[in-house]
Order: sequence, then structure tokens, then C-alpha cells
Amino acid sequence: MNQVVYFSSVSGNTARFVEKLGRPASRIPLYASDPPLEQREPYVLIVPTYGGGDGKGAVPKQVIRFLNDEENRKHLRGVISAGNTNFGAGYGLAGDIIARKCDVPHLYRFELFGTPDDVRVVNDGLDGLWRQ
Amino acid sequence: MDTQETQASVFDDPIDAPALAEEAGPAIEADRAEIQEALDGAVQTEAQKRQHRHNHLVRAINWNRIEDEKDLEVWNRLVNNFWLPEKVPLSNDIQSWATLTEDEKLLTMRVFTGLTLLDTIQGTVGAVSLIPDAVTPHEEAVLTNIAFMESVHAKSYSSIFSTLASTKEIDDAFRWSTENPYLQRKAEIIIGYYEGDDPLKRKVASTLLESFMFYSGFYLPMHWSSRAKLTNTADMIRLIIRDEAVHGYYIGYKFQKGYEQLTPEKQAELKDYTYSLLYELYENESKYSAELYDPVGLTEDVKKFLHYNANKALMNLGFEPLFPSTVTDVNPAILSALSPNADENHDFFSGSGSSYVIGKAEATEDEDWDF
Repeated sequence: MNQVVYFSSVSGNTARFVEKLGRPASRIPLYASDPPLEQREPYVLIVPTYGGGDGKGAVPKQVIRFLNDEENRKHLRGVISAGNTNFGAGYGLAGDIIARKCDVPHLYRFELFGTPDDVRVVNDGLDGLWRQ
Repeated sequence: MDTQETQASVFDDPIDAPALAEEAGPAIEADRAEIQEALDGAVQTEAQKRQHRHNHLVRAINWNRIEDEKDLEVWNRLVNNFWLPEKVPLSNDIQSWATLTEDEKLLTMRVFTGLTLLDTIQGTVGAVSLIPDAVTPHEEAVLTNIAFMESVHAKSYSSIFSTLASTKEIDDAFRWSTENPYLQRKAEIIIGYYEGDDPLKRKVASTLLESFMFYSGFYLPMHWSSRAKLTNTADMIRLIIRDEAVHGYYIGYKFQKGYEQLTPEKQAELKDYTYSLLYELYENESKYSAELYDPVGLTEDVKKFLHYNANKALMNLGFEPLFPSTVTDVNPAILSALSPNADENHDFFSGSGSSYVIGKAEATEDEDWDF
């Protein structure tokens, strides 16, 4: 089973980052009518941050639905967030919220679809994480 | 008085409106033919023709039938982010302002008039020029919100000025903004594309304005904030910075939707155009920054911030970053003034790891799984 699970909206920035990682990954479905994703092995979650105001709605509702499945939540090992420093304290906030709620480390944050440096750091980091 | 009389005389002529409903049809037809004749006879610019075609396609907007979910998502985000300068206690910065040297005050005034000019352009020309290119009615509505917020931004600098500076200082700064060749040049380049006849090039210009051209100016309030100066002013600028991120993201997204439809040849052409426009703007921006920031010795620091934001502007358009990480290493004090989360040691992968504190575990019961 894939060790990376991600969500990306129709603008596709997070999908593009995941594609650049070159690792097999499962996408959380966009629409409620799609069959839900069931993750039954350890994984790292990569999510964009929504909102940017008071923090309400920072975690995309599709990700909430995915994490509401206790089995999915059980296998979460860490979270990586996408965002934009322009949002101040809201930069990568979805990762902070999920890390706190699920008691896992917020491994990394990157902007938009990530720079080549971001891709390298995350790939090295994920290799290290799975060796542990 | 004269004008009132003149206006009154316009209404002196009786209006030859048909009294009966059945007469209205032919009268409207005649009117329509007359307007069309006038339009056909007149020489119209491409922009006017585009506006005209668009005006005749307008229909009642139905928010219960969404064609592109981004329109609704961004509309909601913009509405939630709405703010006004009157809410920011700028007068708390008066004491801090008094601690700046004359050179620093002059620099600050000029930087803010430069930003005012860009916001004015974006509010009254830029965002509005994108409306006839919109592919959904909801996109048009979002653009009117963007245009209005740009006018709020433009006005917010005047709130800073009236709080901190004298009338003479304000007038001098505005005069400077009309005379500075680099500032005028950037306005000229952008407006040229807004008036051009290519909808996608217009979006490129608009995204580069929103996500790149503001940042030689935004640098300064972040610099002051990192030194605990003009902190309320900086809070207001952060609200502007947040708005510009949503604008750049949205216009960039709409650009990408149009770009996807093009042939590979057209795509390559547009990509080349984007990088060369960015380069042209960057050259001008470097000179503009040097003229402003050389006296306080900050130009090189500003340029790193420009490189960093140029990359983000390209990413908003879906293109790969241009500047390598060796020249985008923004001063950490500036980055953390922008976002307290931007400090890389904050993250597990890039930091030492040991300093990372895992949040306290919360009960994870499904029923209270409320993010």
C-alpha cells in the first residue's frame, strides 16, 4: 500500500508536488459521491491549507472526512502541509491542526507546489522516516 | 450653479416615450438600431469591442448553479477576509514614526505611494479589464470583489499617511510617485498589457503584479516590523499581503485553465512571454529598489525578497520557479515578520527534530472530530 496519502483541489498544486516526489501515492477523493479512500498501512499525509483568515476551515473537508475513519487515523505517522507565507500564522495551519489532533509530528511545510529544494528535503525526510 | 442650469435644460425637452405598451416594441427596436449604427460607424478599440461583446452576453447570475467550484470557494474566502483600514489602530505608531530618521521617513512615504499606485491600477484598470475575459458569471463577480479590495488597499495607505505625516510630506510623496521613472515605467508596462488584446497575457500581467511587483514595497513594513517599529502599520500591510495571495492564486488558476486549452506551440509561446515579461519587470524593479533602498543599505536584502516572490508568482501561473535557492534566501527576520511559521527549524524534517514538541494528545472520538 502507498505510504503517501494526499489531498489536492482542482487547482492541483499539492498533486503537482506529490508527482514531483515520484513516490506512489493515494489521493483523497474530491467529491463526497466518490468511494472513500481506506488506508490500512502507515502513511504520511500531505495537505493544502484552506482559508487564511481566522483558521476556520483550514483543513479541507475531504481530509476531515478521511480522518474521521478511525482506521485511517490509526496509521497516520506524520503530516506535511502546503500553503503560502502570505497567510502569516495561517501558513501550513492545516498541518498544525492535524498534528495536534492526531498527535503526530508536523514534518514539513512548503509553498504552492514546492521548489526543487522542498522536493529533495521531503524525499530525504521520508526515506529517513521509513528507515526508523 | 451653471452646471445645474445646464443639466436642468436637458430635461426641458419632452421625452417622446410611447404611452402605450404596444408602441414600446418598435420604439425599442428603433433605439437599438440607432445605437448599433452609431457603434458600427465609430472606430472602436479592441478593448471597447471586447467590452461591448461582453456586455451583450451578461445574464442573471445564478449562484445555485456553479460551473467552477473555485469561483465560490474564492468568493467565500475573500468575503471572510474582508477588512477596512479603520479597524487597524494606526495611531499607535505615531511614537514609533518619530524615532525614524528623515531618510527613513522619506523612504517609507515613497514606498507607500508606490504601492498606492499599483493598487490604484489594479483596482480601476487591472481587475476590471479581466471581467470581459471571464468564462463564468461567478468569475466576474469575484473580479469585482478583487477590484473593490484593491481600492480599499489604495485607500489604506492614505490612512497611514494622514496618521503619521504632514500634508506637505504627503503631497511631496505623491508628486514623487508621478515623477519617478521606474515607478512610471512599471505602471506603463502593466497597463500596456491590460489594454492589449490577449486575455491570457492580461492574466499573466495581473498575476505578476499581484504576486511579484508589490514586494519591493512590502519589504519595508516587514523590515520595520522585525525591528519592532510601525507594528500596527505592518499589521495592516499583512492584511493586504494576505489578500494579494488570494488574488494571485485565483487569477493564476484562471490563467492555467485557459493555458490547458492551447496547442503545445501556443503554450510554449506564452511561457516564453511570461518569463521575458518577468525579466523585463525584474530589471525595472531592481533599479526601482536600488534607488529607494541604496541610501539605507538594504537593496541586496530587498532583491532576495524579489527573487523569492518572483518564484511564487511563476508558481501561481503553474510555471517552475526561475531563481535558484542560492538567491532566494530571504533574511529570516523578514520571513518571520511575514509568517511566524516560516522558520524552517519549526519543521521536523528540516529542523533538528529534537526541538520539536508534539502537541498534547486529544481524545479522538469521532463525534467531536471537529477541526
